[in-house]
Amino acid sequence: MSLLEVDHVVVQFGGVTAVNEATFGAEAGTITGLIGPNGAGKTTCFNVISGLQRPTRGQVRLDGRAVTRMPVHRRSKRGVGRTFQRLEAFGSLTVRENVRVARDIAGGARGLVRRSGADVDALLERVGIAAYADERADSIPTGTARLLELARCLAGSPRLLLLDEPSSGLDETETDAFGELLRDLASDGVAVLMVEHDMDLVMGVCDTIHVLDFGTVIASGEPADIRTDPLVQKAYLGYSDEGGEGDSWDATLADLPPVAHLDRGHEDDLTTVLPIADGRSAR
Amino acid sequence: MSTFIAFTIFGLFSGAAYAIVASGLTLTYTTTRVFNIAHGALGMVMSFVFWDVSVRQGLPPLPALLLVVGVIAPATGWFIQRFVARGLGDAPVSVSLVVTVALLVACIGTAQQIWPPAARTVKPFFPNSSFTIAGTNVTAHQALTIVLSGVVAAGLYGLLTRTRVGTAMRASVDNPELLRLFGGRPDTVAALSWAIGTSLAALGGILLVSQVGLDYYALTLLVISAFAAAVFGRLKSLPLTFAGGMALGLAEAYAKGYLPTDGLLSKVGNVIAPLFLFAVVIGMPQTQLRIGQVKGIVTAPVPSLRASAGWGAALVLGMAVYTAGMGEADLLLLGTAATYAIVMLSLVLLTGYGGHVSLGQFTFAGVGALTYAKLDEPNLVGLLVSALVAGAVGALVALPVIRLTGLYLALATLAFAVLMDKLVFQADFAFGFGGALTAERLSILGTRIESTQGYVLVMVVFFVLTAIALLTLRRGVLGRLLIALRDSPAACGTLGLDARWFRVGLFGLSAAIAGLAGGLFAGLRGTIGAADFQFFSSLTLLLFAVVFGVTSVTGALLGGYGLMQLPVQQSENPGVAGLLFVVISVAAILLARNPNGIASYVFRLGRLLEERYGTQVRARVPDLAGLGLPGRRDRSAATSAQDEDVWDEDADNLALIGDPGHTRSLEGTDGSPASRVDGRPEGPEGRGAHVAARG
Repeated sequence: MSLLEVDHVVVQFGGVTAVNEATFGAEAGTITGLIGPNGAGKTTCFNVISGLQRPTRGQVRLDGRAVTRMPVHRRSKRGVGRTFQRLEAFGSLTVRENVRVARDIAGGARGLVRRSGADVDALLERVGIAAYADERADSIPTGTARLLELARCLAGSPRLLLLDEPSSGLDETETDAFGELLRDLASDGVAVLMVEHDMDLVMGVCDTIHVLDFGTVIASGEPADIRTDPLVQKAYLGYSDEGGEGDSWDATLADLPPVAHLDRGHEDDLTTVLPIADGRSAR
Repeated sequence: MSTFIAFTIFGLFSGAAYAIVASGLTLTYTTTRVFNIAHGALGMVMSFVFWDVSVRQGLPPLPALLLVVGVIAPATGWFIQRFVARGLGDAPVSVSLVVTVALLVACIGTAQQIWPPAARTVKPFFPNSSFTIAGTNVTAHQALTIVLSGVVAAGLYGLLTRTRVGTAMRASVDNPELLRLFGGRPDTVAALSWAIGTSLAALGGILLVSQVGLDYYALTLLVISAFAAAVFGRLKSLPLTFAGGMALGLAEAYAKGYLPTDGLLSKVGNVIAPLFLFAVVIGMPQTQLRIGQVKGIVTAPVPSLRASAGWGAALVLGMAVYTAGMGEADLLLLGTAATYAIVMLSLVLLTGYGGHVSLGQFTFAGVGALTYAKLDEPNLVGLLVSALVAGAVGALVALPVIRLTGLYLALATLAFAVLMDKLVFQADFAFGFGGALTAERLSILGTRIESTQGYVLVMVVFFVLTAIALLTLRRGVLGRLLIALRDSPAACGTLGLDARWFRVGLFGLSAAIAGLAGGLFAGLRGTIGAADFQFFSSLTLLLFAVVFGVTSVTGALLGGYGLMQLPVQQSENPGVAGLLFVVISVAAILLARNPNGIASYVFRLGRLLEERYGTQVRARVPDLAGLGLPGRRDRSAATSAQDEDVWDEDADNLALIGDPGHTRSLEGTDGSPASRVDGRPEGPEGRGAHVAARG
């Protein structure tokens, strides 16, 4: 039994089906990637899992128990932590206070008793943003703010960690360090589920990858299988490279601007209207 | 049977007018995301314009109607969108609420200024024509209203579905940025929807004015009906909005017709609209937590406990000196200012820290006052009970709307305030209709405080204690949670915080503080009545709080004094009474996006004086720290990044004394009680620069 099971989840907004019978899971101690073109329904899936969005149909289970109708905060108490694609840091507070808030909430009534801030600083150190501890969260760079959201999550010792595009805004060295951190977390037994557009990172650290397109899981498997899956290539490129030798992913990676790179500037509204390869409008 | 038909026709008539007003509200809200609290007030002003054009200047009614609804109202709406409401849809709900409340007060002020109180009547259209349906007389005016509502409904439907600009309007709802990228002009669309919305407010107001009477407040209050109808339509469905308006009109008519004519139930007919609003707000589906971007509000650091205690003591001492030998009337005014200041502290907690807007804060003060007035020989326990009752009522108001946020919470407080104002406070078990209750002065440890000066000082002490309690809360874990919840409810939820109960607690605590103020006020005044707690006072209270700074206790102190001055100035200068409303509204509109308000400028001025004269003053008074004023602390402790509790340390800006070089790095010495009420620095001479520097 997986820690997380998403079972035939459907989410409809009016006439639009954002997630269509999506079924996937995440195991404790592993890193799972959730990838797909813009508008494929990845973030909506995260909202459903974390409880910010109630699905039209389908079930979400944690440890085999349905949590589909459980409110957000109670899921968090059961070990679900998440970061946001569009940042949700507490802008008026400093980086350290952001994490302290998370620790206070996680501590419940005991959190009201003052405790030493050492654990908070250790967390900031662990994700590599200790240098920003006293900066206000609305003044730090995007990449740092993503790491802050991660540190905030970790303060609640989650068992399932949902990371929504965690590496956008990080440079290459930082991304490498971030990958190691993820491996570290997984070896501690955390189930990491990650939406990510950096294919090197995804292919490098994930144990399993699910590919979402039009709200449906079109492929699941290990990175090596996903690389060569013709359906996946079609979803990303608008055509499949069936005549090729199979390992065409790396060669075509550079041709993937709408997916792999443009979305990094997530604040930039332009990205939301650029048509992706198969002519659909993203969003 | 014929009476039933008569009531039905009457209900359809007012329902049609409500529907017209409400559809304008829904249109503006859906296209610009600004919920216009001033919608009814705009209709009121336009009704006055209509009276002016038709009765005073003699234009025939129909051309006058066309002129107002077709030209003046849309021009006004366009103007407001351009210069007041632009970009407001992206701002936090609290900002757009404050701005439109300011607009409402400005409308009332404008009307009072241009058309001073006098008897004015507006006749119905075609006053002499009527016909009969099923034995019931129907006036042409009623028929015209019902027909016009149909025309409006059809016109709006056609506009939104059959025209390019209508499509752009609907697109603008989803994503104005996207609309811009595709060559649309969201600003034009917004201006157009404000123009049409204001026209509809005008049309509805003018159709109702012959019924309601040309009155500043009665017409403004019509907006409650429009709110109810619009919320019934979930703020997006025009057909449901129309249905809501009609249902409300009918319910009011039947209540008038069939409820008993005496007792409490007889008054229920007057409050159908707020009851309906409350009911539909409760019935709203759960709000999805909005996920957005990093938001933060720059507020000044919170002073340490020692600093706030020191400045509090300075305030009490200063007031003791200042009030010595003061006349009774001036003392009562100062006591009133202290009341307002404490109520504003409740807004500092709710709005400044928590980011929620209450449009009925003064009503909670009324609940506290009512409880206090019912007590025999009130003592500290009695005062506490008054605060607790108000707090419980506040929590009860928030409880049914626990699942909702922002706008709906504010609307619930508005509905509650009107309900209390028109129904409960006037009931026999409360103050009674037009009546008043006597309240005794507070007794502390068996001694009744008979002297008004002593009583005012006690009020100041309560202000100081409440302020210190608030600042202590703000520095601690709960304060941090409050700020976090204001910045991102969604993140708090995913971190495991049950925001709903937190919010109920916040509302309750805030209402309790207001109730405390109300209890003290009752004791100060001796007699207290429903007229002291009209819902409109809560709106001006909110404006003053925002203008003077709703994020700091200094702002509350200044705001309390300012609000006390408003009626004083208005009665001293009756010629500009309305203009004063306009001035404070314009200030609120200008300052709404800066929640730190005037207080932040006071802090800035203080820092300037500190930089310029601080060294000299200190040279003359070398032992400043030893005088019992806020203590000195080493700056290095304040800046230590690894301190256990940052809030405890870094805010102690008194450490700046003796180190002017650091003053620039501070964003304000916010939070400590201001020590100036009357422009006279209290405490030993020569400390004025510091007093100002600390706000």
